[in-house]
Amino acid sequence: MIDYSSALSEKAVGIKPSGIRKFFDLAAEMDDVISLSIGEPDFKTPWHIREAGIDSLKKGRTWYTANAGLMELREETTKYLKRKFNIEYDPKKEIFITVGGSEAIDLAIRALIEPGDDMLLPIPSFVCYEPICRLAGGNVITIETKQEDDFRLTAEQLRAAITPKTKLLVLPFPNNPTGGVMRREHLEEIADVLRNTNIMVLSDEIYAELTYGKERHVSFAEIDGMWERTIVVNGFSKAYAMTGWRLGYAAGPAPIISQMLKIHQYAIMSSPTTSQYAAVAAMRDCDEEILEMKNQYDIRRKFLVEAFNRIGLDCFTPEGAFYVFPCIKSTGLSSEEFCEKLLKSKKVAVIPGNAFGSSGEGYVRVSYSYSLDHLMEAVKRIEEFIKEIKEG
Amino acid sequence: MEQLLKLLEQNAKLTDKQLSAILEIPEEEVAAQIAAYEKDHVILGYNALINWEKIDSTDCTAIIELKVQPKRDRGYEEIAEEIMRFDEVETVWLMSSSSYDLSVVVRGHNFRNISMFVAKRLATLDSVTSTATHFVLKRYKERHISVIEPEKDERRLSYLD
Repeated sequence: MIDYSSALSEKAVGIKPSGIRKFFDLAAEMDDVISLSIGEPDFKTPWHIREAGIDSLKKGRTWYTANAGLMELREETTKYLKRKFNIEYDPKKEIFITVGGSEAIDLAIRALIEPGDDMLLPIPSFVCYEPICRLAGGNVITIETKQEDDFRLTAEQLRAAITPKTKLLVLPFPNNPTGGVMRREHLEEIADVLRNTNIMVLSDEIYAELTYGKERHVSFAEIDGMWERTIVVNGFSKAYAMTGWRLGYAAGPAPIISQMLKIHQYAIMSSPTTSQYAAVAAMRDCDEEILEMKNQYDIRRKFLVEAFNRIGLDCFTPEGAFYVFPCIKSTGLSSEEFCEKLLKSKKVAVIPGNAFGSSGEGYVRVSYSYSLDHLMEAVKRIEEFIKEIKEG
Repeated sequence: MEQLLKLLEQNAKLTDKQLSAILEIPEEEVAAQIAAYEKDHVILGYNALINWEKIDSTDCTAIIELKVQPKRDRGYEEIAEEIMRFDEVETVWLMSSSSYDLSVVVRGHNFRNISMFVAKRLATLDSVTSTATHFVLKRYKERHISVIEPEKDERRLSYLD
């Protein structure tokens, strides 16, 4: 008999499974649940993009691409980054195509973090950064963003968190799950703290296109002097509704990108070829489609913020991504109790805020990647639920 | 304010308060604008879109192409207005077609019902010179809304996204 406990790596076994697994199992087992839990677009990939993928298959383009990805796609992506965010990269040396933004995050952390290094992570945030850092032997220092700061990372918080061993800062903005964004002035403040350090920045900008209001998303790499220390991670999943195609990219200084690419070559070889051909069409021709999707998200965002505040759950106005993050402290329930009771009594699924880090306690994540009709029905049920709680 | 019309076209059940939040304008302004649109006949009405076949399995719809003789002084107006008065008639459009003039959509309880309406009420009108009736066999989409059962949401539940 193999003793699996000794066969497995301690690091892998040491990664804690999510504490709220039970809640997900419960939700997955129930029928007819009105879900507000899913973090991927409800839109289908625009037809033009799908057609480009189909066309590449018809032409028999079924081989590996270059390790770094199709040159045509790298060129289109660098043009896109210049056009949309005013950041410049050399398609030959400073960008490569990954299997989703997730792979780019994994590679960036693995290329930078050594055992004993500290990585700074604002929370609540997407759940992947911490386990990847731990697998690389690094320590994670979390920084709790606050509702009173619009869930932004502040310069004071950053300054206080930096240690002599700090190697990397993760900037996950626009943020999943809070919807918080960092505007230019906030990034300038962060840049001032980092300017005379050797700290690198992993700027996860996967929700960049889903930034609402008059000002566009500002990439941390655009801030004066920050290009040289920033790895920009982005991808096609959220903006182009291409989650299943698994395609993203990393852009940054050549000395970093070349090392990340080396790991990619050994671990992945190259990203899916069909997806890359489809993505060329996305980058080249689909600015209008993504704007239309963004407009729809924006309508739903405003609808939900008004709805939650009206029914008595204090809801911060998010300026990015497709989530609202209402505070449920007034109900007297914990995040998990709230979600479990709401699921059992009204069959509505939302995600406990503490799934995204301990400071998410007291909040729930509500996705608006659903039709307005769907959201209206869900809000009606949540309103009944809140009324019943308040009436005892 | 075109955005207000688009939102109402998408979902007429949105309240003034919700519209005010989405459009970021005061609620009173939303109400006033809607009232103005109604008065100016920009907003014609608020109908529920009903799948009658679920209530009555023989319920049916037909598109009738009518060739008509326009009147010297009133053109197609007189005959169009005459036809739109029938309760059975849902829509009347003047078409730019070489083969017919008016397109009329009629709903009835069954095929026979509609056929008799065409034969007795439309075909007999003085100005109508010929009719061609096309029965609808299956409806897939009406005014942006799918009539067939909605696709199942295949996205899976996970917080890892």
